[in-house]
Amino acid sequence: MIAQTLPANAGLYLSAILFAIGVAGVMIRRNAIILFMCIELMLNAANLAFVWFSPFAGVQGQVFVFFVIAVAAAEAAVGLAIILAVFRHKETVNINEFSLLRF
Amino acid sequence: MLQHTTEAVGAHGTFHPFLLGWIVLLPLLGFLINGVLALMWWRRGPAPAGPEPSEQEAHAHGGDAHPGVEEQHPAPLDKPWTRTLPSLVAPGVVLAAFAIALVNFWGMLGAELHEPVIERYWSWMPVGSLQVDAALQLDQLSMLMTLIITGVGALIHVFSVGYMREDPGYPRYMAYLNLFIFFMLVLVLGASYPVMFVGWEGVGLCSYLLIGFWFKEQANADAGKKAFIVNRIGDAGFLIAMMLMFANLGTLSFSEVFAAAPGGLAYGGVVVTAVCLFLFLGAAGKSAQIPLYIWLPDAMAGPTPVSALIHAATMVTAGVYLVVRSSVLFTMAPTASLVVALIGALTAIFAATIGLKQWDIKKVLAYSTVSQLGFMFAAVGMGAYVAGVFHLMTHAFFKACLFLGSGAVIYAMHHALHATHNPADAQDMRNMGGLKRYLPVTFATMGIATLAIAGVPPFAGFFSKDEIIGAAWLGAGGTSPMAQATLLGIPGTAVMGFIGGTLTIAALLTAFYMGRMMLYTFFGPNRTGAEEERHLHEAGPTMTVPLVALATLSAVGGFLNVEHEVPIVGWFDFGQGAALHHWLHPVIAGSEEVVRANLGELMEPHHAWWPIVLAIVIGVGGLLLARALLNPDALRPAGVEPDYTSAPERVLYNKYWIDELYHALVVRPVNVVSQVFYRVFDRGIIDGIVDGGARMLQGIGLYTGTRVQTGQTNTYAFVIIIGVLVVLGAFTL
Repeated sequence: MIAQTLPANAGLYLSAILFAIGVAGVMIRRNAIILFMCIELMLNAANLAFVWFSPFAGVQGQVFVFFVIAVAAAEAAVGLAIILAVFRHKETVNINEFSLLRF
Repeated sequence: MLQHTTEAVGAHGTFHPFLLGWIVLLPLLGFLINGVLALMWWRRGPAPAGPEPSEQEAHAHGGDAHPGVEEQHPAPLDKPWTRTLPSLVAPGVVLAAFAIALVNFWGMLGAELHEPVIERYWSWMPVGSLQVDAALQLDQLSMLMTLIITGVGALIHVFSVGYMREDPGYPRYMAYLNLFIFFMLVLVLGASYPVMFVGWEGVGLCSYLLIGFWFKEQANADAGKKAFIVNRIGDAGFLIAMMLMFANLGTLSFSEVFAAAPGGLAYGGVVVTAVCLFLFLGAAGKSAQIPLYIWLPDAMAGPTPVSALIHAATMVTAGVYLVVRSSVLFTMAPTASLVVALIGALTAIFAATIGLKQWDIKKVLAYSTVSQLGFMFAAVGMGAYVAGVFHLMTHAFFKACLFLGSGAVIYAMHHALHATHNPADAQDMRNMGGLKRYLPVTFATMGIATLAIAGVPPFAGFFSKDEIIGAAWLGAGGTSPMAQATLLGIPGTAVMGFIGGTLTIAALLTAFYMGRMMLYTFFGPNRTGAEEERHLHEAGPTMTVPLVALATLSAVGGFLNVEHEVPIVGWFDFGQGAALHHWLHPVIAGSEEVVRANLGELMEPHHAWWPIVLAIVIGVGGLLLARALLNPDALRPAGVEPDYTSAPERVLYNKYWIDELYHALVVRPVNVVSQVFYRVFDRGIIDGIVDGGARMLQGIGLYTGTRVQTGQTNTYAFVIIIGVLVVLGAFTL
């Protein structure tokens, strides 16, 4: 219903803008938590695109969104645990300090 | 197994080969059984690391002094059946092969074949126009060779049972010996040059394995290596000859080559001469002719029965067999044949002179073998193919007998020296003397064989050697197919006159050094030592029975081929006549055809009295000369008696320093060149390119890698996104 009152591509534009914000955040910000939130933002931008397409392409898009949410939840659990562990070690969440895994 | 058997129709009926493949397969089966036993012994036996104490002790007694050392030091984990099973299997399979060969021989006697019987098993090398079958060929020549190999081989296997039974490596030894018989039979029964070459290489391998049988001593391993490498030079010649034949005739099977050669190649032309010279290079390697003879004396490092079987009776005669087998080609290349004859004659006299001043009983026999092989090559080079094969056969009898006899002497000497812990050399004749009292059977059999090799009538060597020297004199008179050829401008008749003279002197030297060997070994006082004397005794029947059998053959083998028209020799014609000549006639008929087509009918040979009288005088005279000039009573043991007393003796004792010459002219330059290539080319250039390239890439990687891999997640994310954008951009474009 909302989709009918809005311009045809509005959802896609919003999705693209959210994704770009997420990408910019991942590249620019140094706080690992913020970085994590930016990744979530990118995932949900993709979800929005799926949902926006579902009236035209069938129910698969919405099913896919559930999968993405489930995987994102799992990822959040693992990711936050890693950040917590690293924080205990380094006492910071600034990712510029995390550069041990290099040659 | 695919079998396409040609049944040959002879003058008196058909002949079917009887179990031909089994003659070859049985020794292979024996090899497999003994090989498995050897492996089992090796796995269960004492730890292979480090020489066993018994062998160290044997070392003190000199080279071939190992047999029987285990009597006082039994190997702790040795199962008795690893001794008894090889003793039954190894001689058994060879005897069985001999029995099958005999059945075939009776069949062939009745049939009088004119064509070889070819048994084809499968197609081995179908490559384009090269078609080589795995096929065996039975004709009169390969039949004779098979009988010699399996017959003499079986006797030597039996002797080996007595000689080697106590050796720790006994099953391995028997396995190698069986494998050798297998390859030797492939060599003589193969129906084409490539199949023959398989046997040719195989016997070389077995020779290497058996020369270096006691490989824990460096000298023995080196001797094996030397034999193998020197043979490779000859084998290269054999290979080139095969390639030339294939390039010019398009086939390699015996029957097709000999059918195509007279029409396809020019008589006396460059191609056939080159083929023959390269074949002879191969033969010279295998049969120890100048310049490749140097490996054979060193090959005496192997066990003595091996010297008898491989380095006297069978393998070293393979070169003679090759020339006789290729008689059509050699008759077409008279110049190459003259080279063969000349080198044979020179080898005969050269080796005989060295044999005059050797103290090691086996070394005397080794140089004697080289010399006798020279006689055979002189014969086949002059077109007297049957004479060459005849001498090959009689030589197999008497030289096998002499070698086994020397083995019995060494065995007895070693036991005596071992019992008293005397470190003297068991093979040095200066340490022997007067052995006829202790080893009567060995003395009698070796005596007969000595009379045979010296050429005393009516023993075997007289007839065969006389036929060769007679062929030289007849060739000088112009009856040989090579008489009209020239060698470097010298007419063939003159070359053959020279060969006749050379061989006569070589025969005199043969009788002399054999007389010397017998005098120093069996006559005079005993120089072993009083304590050792009590331990000298004859070995068991496994060693004496083969000796007696071979001595009998040495005594009567010559009667197989008695030319009735030759004076004196004709007295021994009891109705058999020149049986070997008739038997082998179909084999050399092709070469006679070549002679008839290109030279017309040759002069009828006229046999004179004087060569025969000369031969007898030389044979008996050489032995008497040794008796007159040498005094075994005055000889002192090794260490006391000097190696040589005068300058000529010094030259002979040091074998003309040929080994040192080769070392300086061939081995050292090759080593220097190898070192240069190793250091400059291999280490410098090749390794430089490879290592340098790798090091450069490593540098680039280190420089860029450490800059790209920052460890900063943001950088990676940035790179990923740039990549994604590039990919997406590429799609939209």
